[in-house]
Amino acid sequence: MKRKKIESFFFKSLMILATLMIAGSLVMILWTITAKGIRSLNWDMISKVPEGGFYIGKGGGLLNAIIGSLYITIGSTLLGLLISIPVVLYINIYARKDSSLATVTRFTFDVLFGIPSIVYGAFGFTIMVYFGLRASLLAGIITVTLVIIPILARAMDEVIRRTPEELSDATYSLGATRWETSKVFLRQSLPGIMTAVLLSSGRAIGDAASVLFTAGYTDSIPTSLSQPAATLPLAIFFQLSSPIQEVQNRAYAAALILTVIVLVISLGAKYFSKKLSKNKI
Amino acid sequence: MTFEAPHIRVKDLNVYIGHNHILKNISLDIPDKKITSFIGPSGCGKTTLLKTFNRLLDRNKDVKINGQVLVDGEDIYGSQVEVTGMRRKMGLLSQRPFPLPMSIYDNIAYGPRIHGLRKKKELNQSVEHYLRATGLWEEVKGRLNSPATSLSIGQQQRLCLARGLAVEPEIILGDEPTSALDPLSTQRIEELFLQLRDKYTIVLVTHILRQARRVSDYIVFIYMGEIIEFGPTEELLLNPKQKLTQEYVKGYIS
Repeated sequence: MKRKKIESFFFKSLMILATLMIAGSLVMILWTITAKGIRSLNWDMISKVPEGGFYIGKGGGLLNAIIGSLYITIGSTLLGLLISIPVVLYINIYARKDSSLATVTRFTFDVLFGIPSIVYGAFGFTIMVYFGLRASLLAGIITVTLVIIPILARAMDEVIRRTPEELSDATYSLGATRWETSKVFLRQSLPGIMTAVLLSSGRAIGDAASVLFTAGYTDSIPTSLSQPAATLPLAIFFQLSSPIQEVQNRAYAAALILTVIVLVISLGAKYFSKKLSKNKI
Repeated sequence: MTFEAPHIRVKDLNVYIGHNHILKNISLDIPDKKITSFIGPSGCGKTTLLKTFNRLLDRNKDVKINGQVLVDGEDIYGSQVEVTGMRRKMGLLSQRPFPLPMSIYDNIAYGPRIHGLRKKKELNQSVEHYLRATGLWEEVKGRLNSPATSLSIGQQQRLCLARGLAVEPEIILGDEPTSALDPLSTQRIEELFLQLRDKYTIVLVTHILRQARRVSDYIVFIYMGEIIEFGPTEELLLNPKQKLTQEYVKGYIS
């Protein structure tokens, strides 16, 4: 009896310790970026572009990176949806259930999911060089799209696959075609698709490696797809590597802004999926 | 048993899923405008047989279907058959009601809409007609735009029936349609079947003998993928000819 008690106490403490470590590291991260960044954070930071160059400039703000990041995130999410929705519908509704094509596709997504984003960056860069293109907003969007497609597709696949067979039985026996059935499935899976979108856009906005070579960096706000675009993760990277203390502090302000945006996105994801699933069942 | 002009005629049907021989040499006539029930223990193949009638089965991988299923004399497994049009002839009621993710109104209007009905007035008429036919109209007329999932499960099943009827089928297939319902809702569905018998051929899968007795004109007893006995309800239940049927009816095998 006593041994069991000790055992249970030991493992319970271990679990509490692990939980505290995780929660603690989140608090530490938030504390560090807030403490270091809050002094540099002011209205100029989010309303102005940098003055005097991002590497050494102490004035201006990060509007270029905020806008660039939003452009890339929104662009890549839309492009990603455009590509992954048909794939997911195909393997779930058009192809036979659990066909080998579906298995291969799912496996491919798993492999793509595991590839580090710097590899996607290098891949995008190679293609740009081949076509003789410069770093641009478009190249950034395309590369980030490649990064998030596996996330989007896998998450949506999971939702659509879990939809009970009764739904397709119902539409088919009403004489619906596969396309009409697909539309009903999309509607049924809307909360899950929403979550997938917000999950992948969280990844898209935070990824530095894939945009390093492809989107480039600039002090101005891009006005066309062929211009380079700044992003928040790279703003942190470049400013942190500056030898000037004030510029380093600005990196923490950028981190703070990025974290707040990601936080808003994930809270939004929670809120929307809750709200949408309430309507459903 | 054979009929002169059966609505559905099954000829030498064999169904395999993977290496399992699920249905063995099934030959069966389903009479027109009658209620025919499939009874038998779980896993005997009665649902599988029902699903071969509207080709919902052959979407699965590893399914092999040999033989013929003739609906109105036409083989639905023939190469010329347009599957979506064929399925439209048969309304399906599944074990659990599954409303489409839309409003009550849109659930009924869905079928007519995908078949090209666009006029608001005709859609309204159709929705009202089929909601009345299933006794739902008085209960839902004030909230046609609320989500179908806000209905009780018994109401949802009647909504699913109305949704199926709205595409004007000739046959209604019911796959244990009352198994998720309370006794009162079950009774309503059974009453509806009896009312609908004049206009539709109804095929029911059930594991409740009393239900089969209450609603059906004919009963097919299936055991281990084979049809053991087929006959008029009273005859099959009261004077079964086969030993297996006797044992099943008495409750020795289930």
